Amino acid sequence: MRRLSSALFLLGLGLLIAAIFQTMEFGSVAPIAGQAINTVAAEQVGAANFVTAVVLAYRGFDTLLELTILFTAATAGGLVLGKPRAGASRDPDSGFILRAGADLFFPLLLVVGLYIILHGHLTPGGGFQGGVILASAFFIPILARPGTSMNHRRVSLIEGFAGAGFILIGLLAMLGGKEFLSPLLDQGELGALLSAGSLPLLYIAVGLKVGSELAGLLAQLSETEATD
Amino acid sequence: MTMDTGLILYTAAFGLILIGSAGIVLSTHLVRIIFGIALLEAGANLLLLLATYRAGSAAPIIVEGRIPAVMADPVPQALVLTAIVIGVGILALALSLALRVQRAYGTLDLREVRQRLEQDIAGEAGIDLPSSSDAPQAVMTRQEGQA
Amino acid sequence: MQLLVLFIVVVMLCSAVAVLLLKDFLAALAAFSVVSLGLSVLFVILRAPDVAMTEAAIGAGLSSLLFALALRRLGLWRLKE
Repeated sequence: MRRLSSALFLLGLGLLIAAIFQTMEFGSVAPIAGQAINTVAAEQVGAANFVTAVVLAYRGFDTLLELTILFTAATAGGLVLGKPRAGASRDPDSGFILRAGADLFFPLLLVVGLYIILHGHLTPGGGFQGGVILASAFFIPILARPGTSMNHRRVSLIEGFAGAGFILIGLLAMLGGKEFLSPLLDQGELGALLSAGSLPLLYIAVGLKVGSELAGLLAQLSETEATD
Repeated sequence: MTMDTGLILYTAAFGLILIGSAGIVLSTHLVRIIFGIALLEAGANLLLLLATYRAGSAAPIIVEGRIPAVMADPVPQALVLTAIVIGVGILALALSLALRVQRAYGTLDLREVRQRLEQDIAGEAGIDLPSSSDAPQAVMTRQEGQA
Repeated sequence: MQLLVLFIVVVMLCSAVAVLLLKDFLAALAAFSVVSLGLSVLFVILRAPDVAMTEAAIGAGLSSLLFALALRRLGLWRLKE
C-alpha cells in the first residue's frame, strides 16, 4: 500500500514537472532588476564583483539573517549531539603520511582561505567560500591526530565576536545618521583592495563566523559518542 | 547556446529533483533519506540558476576595467549562494538527529523506529495497540514476548 | 559545448541514481561527490563563477566530510558481511 501511494505521488510530481517544463524558455529571459543593478553597481557600490555587491550591499540584511540561520543550525546540531565521548583516543593512529600531509596543508589552506575572503569584492569568492576553506583548514589537524580535541571555548568566542562585528559595522553607520549597513569607508577606486565601502570588513566578519562555526560543528561531530 | 542545450540542462534539473524526491519517499533507511534531501536541494539550486540564464552573457564581474556588454543576472546567483550554504546547515542538523535516533532506538530502519515509537507512546498511555501484519520480524517477536 | 554538457549531465544523473541504489554507504557518498562536482562545472558553464566556487567548496568538500564523519559514528563505514 505504501509503495503504491509513493509511486502515485512520484507520478503526479513528474506530470506536474512536465507541465511546468512546457512553459519555461531557455536563454531568452529579460532580467529587470538584475539589469538595473548591473548598470549602476560600479558607481554606487564600487565593487568589481557584482554578486558581492548584491549579497552585502543591496541585500545585506538577508545575509545577516542567513548568518542567523547558520548559527541556529550549528548550535542545534551541537545541542542534539550531546557530550563528547570519553574514549576519544580509541581511534587508530592515522599514520605518517596523513600527519605530514596535514602539516603541509594547514598553512596552505589558511593562506588560500584568507586570500579568497579578502578579495571577495574583486574576484569570485568572498566570505562564505573562504570561510568553508578556513573551517577545513582548522579541522584537518584534528583528523590527522585523533587524540587532540579542539578548544571549543575559543572557537565559540571567535564566532560570537565575528557575528557581533557584522552587526556592529551596520550599527556604526547608523551613528552618523544614515541607515543600517551604510558604507563606512571610502568607495575608493574600482579594482583596488581597499575599495567598495565597508564590503571587505563585512566579508571578513562573515568569513570568520562561517569558518569557526563549521569547524566547531565538525569537531563536535567527530568527538561525539560512537553508537556501536 | 541552442535550444537543445537548454533541453538537456532542464532535464538535468528536473531529473535531480525527481530522483531526490524518489529517494525521500521510497527509502526506509534514514541516511538514504538524508542523501535524497541533499540531491533535492542540488536540483532546486540548478533550476533556480537555469531559469534566469541569458544566452550570450558573461559573468557579472569586471575584470581589469573591461565591462562586458551583456552580463548575467547577479540577483539569482546571490540567492543560490545563500541557498547552498543553508543547505549544508540543514545537512549537519539532519545528521546529528540521525545519530540521536540511532542512540535512542538502536536502528536506523524507519519501519522499526516507527513501530517502536508507537509502542512506547502506547505503553506510556496505557492503550493496547493492534498488531499489524506489516510489522518487521524483530518487532513482532518483541510484541509476542510481551503479550 | 553541447557534447560536453550532455556528457556532464549523463554522468550526474547516473551518479544520482547510484546514490540511492548502492548498498555500501561509502560508495553512495562518493557518488554524491560526483554529483556535486558535475553541478559545479555546470555552474561555470552557466556563467556563475561565485556559485561554482561555493558549490565546489561546500558540496564536494564540506558536505562529503560531514557525511563521512556521521557514517563513521553511525557504524556504517564498512559493509558488514
